Amino acid sequence: MASPDQPRLLMQGNEAVVAGAIAAGCRFFAGYPITPASEIAELMATRLPAHGGTFIQMEDEIASIAAAIGASLAGSKAMTATSGPGFSLMQENLGFACIAEAPLVVVNVMRGGPSTGLPTSPAQGDIMQARWGTHGDHPIIVLATSSVADCFTLTVQAFNFAEKYRVPVVLLSDEVVAHTREAVRLPASDQVEVVDRVRPSVPPEWYIPYEDNSRGVPAMAAFGDGYRHHVTGLVHDQRGFPTQRPEEIDAFLRRLFRKITNGFYEIHMLRAFMMEDAEIGIIACGSVARSARRAVVMARQQGIAAGLVQLITLFPFPRQPLVAACSDCRAVLVPEMNMGQLSREVRRVLPDAIAIHKHNRIDGQLITPDELVKKLISI
Amino acid sequence: MPSQSMAELRRRYLRHDKKFPHVWCPGCGNGIVLGALLRGIDRLALNKDDIVLVSGIGCSGRMPTYTDFNTLHTTHGRALAFATGVKLARPELHVLVVMGDGDATAIGGNHFIHAARRNLDLTAIIINNQIYGMTGGQTSPTTPYGSNATTAPLGHIEHAFSIAELAVTAGASFVARGTVYHATMLDRLISRAIGHVGFSVVEVMSNCHVQFGRRNGLGNAVQMLQWFKEHAIPLQPHDAKGTAEGAARMETALPPDSLDDRFTIGVLAERDKPNYIKEYDKIRHKADDKRPADAQDDRS
Repeated sequence: MASPDQPRLLMQGNEAVVAGAIAAGCRFFAGYPITPASEIAELMATRLPAHGGTFIQMEDEIASIAAAIGASLAGSKAMTATSGPGFSLMQENLGFACIAEAPLVVVNVMRGGPSTGLPTSPAQGDIMQARWGTHGDHPIIVLATSSVADCFTLTVQAFNFAEKYRVPVVLLSDEVVAHTREAVRLPASDQVEVVDRVRPSVPPEWYIPYEDNSRGVPAMAAFGDGYRHHVTGLVHDQRGFPTQRPEEIDAFLRRLFRKITNGFYEIHMLRAFMMEDAEIGIIACGSVARSARRAVVMARQQGIAAGLVQLITLFPFPRQPLVAACSDCRAVLVPEMNMGQLSREVRRVLPDAIAIHKHNRIDGQLITPDELVKKLISI
Repeated sequence: MPSQSMAELRRRYLRHDKKFPHVWCPGCGNGIVLGALLRGIDRLALNKDDIVLVSGIGCSGRMPTYTDFNTLHTTHGRALAFATGVKLARPELHVLVVMGDGDATAIGGNHFIHAARRNLDLTAIIINNQIYGMTGGQTSPTTPYGSNATTAPLGHIEHAFSIAELAVTAGASFVARGTVYHATMLDRLISRAIGHVGFSVVEVMSNCHVQFGRRNGLGNAVQMLQWFKEHAIPLQPHDAKGTAEGAARMETALPPDSLDDRFTIGVLAERDKPNYIKEYDKIRHKADDKRPADAQDDRS
């Protein structure tokens, strides 16, 4: 999405999320005020009406995600945005979006927790909540943004995944990314690749709303398009009606996993930086990846062969590409603004021969390049 | 054109590829409400493709499953919030929401009062059987003081509130109350509610003889219907004058003794109030005027 012809704009991460959403075709936003995500709602309130879209401030975050799912089922590309406490409130209906296969983007601008926690300092404490927060076994796509440009690109990508796979996609930002202002050149609207959900091509009487196919992603009709069908949070058969039959339950739930597994090589995204000859690889995401990139450059100046793997897709966890990127490392360092949520996944997938070092900061402050260089020296 | 035979309504509006029977107990008031809903819809001769029937969780939550509309069975208490998104995305659709008393006013109470305040054009039908039926007879916000329930085995010490009066106070622009005994009145109330532009509420007093009646000496389904007949006070149109104030006067004009466990039925409030869809259209026009460049530039 390089855009040399476009004007350079100074904007913050939250603003770029809004620009990305509108470019991706988002025309519905429901939200509830919470720092550090409120700018997304405010800008949506300002901009969506001019694009023929709809903004609504709901009575809480539970209602916000519910309204967004309702709009999605009625054919709109829909989004909501929040931070930790609100993200907790959204968990039940996030599961509804999973089981009803409603395309949806949920932006969680992370701040320190638990509970009201640290308003408003950055943190990365919600990584595992994004993966496992809603009850019941389910797959989910989680992306992590680290810059203003990423906020635009990954919001577009989040919508594209949501539409293509009929899933909720969680975009994790954090207070630093959300409020940092950077100069960016955003692509012209006709240069943005936009994916739309597949709609049924058969006549309504032939439409089977949850029919399996090779992709595992059924065509999706919108309410009001003449394809009267049933949507429920109950486990359902291919027609959408509740079922208790073990073979139907199994086929349905396995399809939800299969559609993500099928798309794995498209969904997983990471950026390797100076990893070709790296002896120590830093594995990081979000704003920490910015410090890590700087730390790699500083460490190289001191003769340490460091590199960085920045995880863009956190879930499904990019196991194979991460293992491939780190295969020649003797050690990896996983810095994160929590007590070790990413490192646990890293430990799960990397071979035992590679030593895994953690670096955790939970005081509401950014991890600095200097402290990472010190850590690299000690490894 | 409206067709009044129940057999014809069943053929036209129920889903025949859905595996029946339904989940409701014999004698349940939900079937009467469903019948009234179908008659109310048929009276308005609406296209089935243009109707979205939304529900939450509980016995009432299963109603959409059986009907041949666009149907949405959501999470507990959240039906109105989902419906809000559906309506805003497709304002031309008739979005109807069926809920129970616990669904709409306990776990969903916040959504209910804000939907009423907002005055988005939705129709909420709240089946008030004064108990949690599906989960086994626990108290709800409308369980009367002193009643017995599985979570109040020694008598309920909390006080019930009136759903319809709550709706009036919260700003709903059409509020009615009916009962499953007054079935033909009910379908007229429902069709008026659907026809009303703005947030409309129909509270339906209904019987759960299995979970509520049985524990409180109210007898079987027929005896509970008889109770509704004896305790409902029909409001005459001239009593309410079509305004909330009129309805309030009617309620307060009755001697306290006479109201006791009696309640009024009919239209409690009907008022003109700017509705959200029309107001939002104005916002869009203002936005077009103010930011012409913005509308053309996706990035702005």
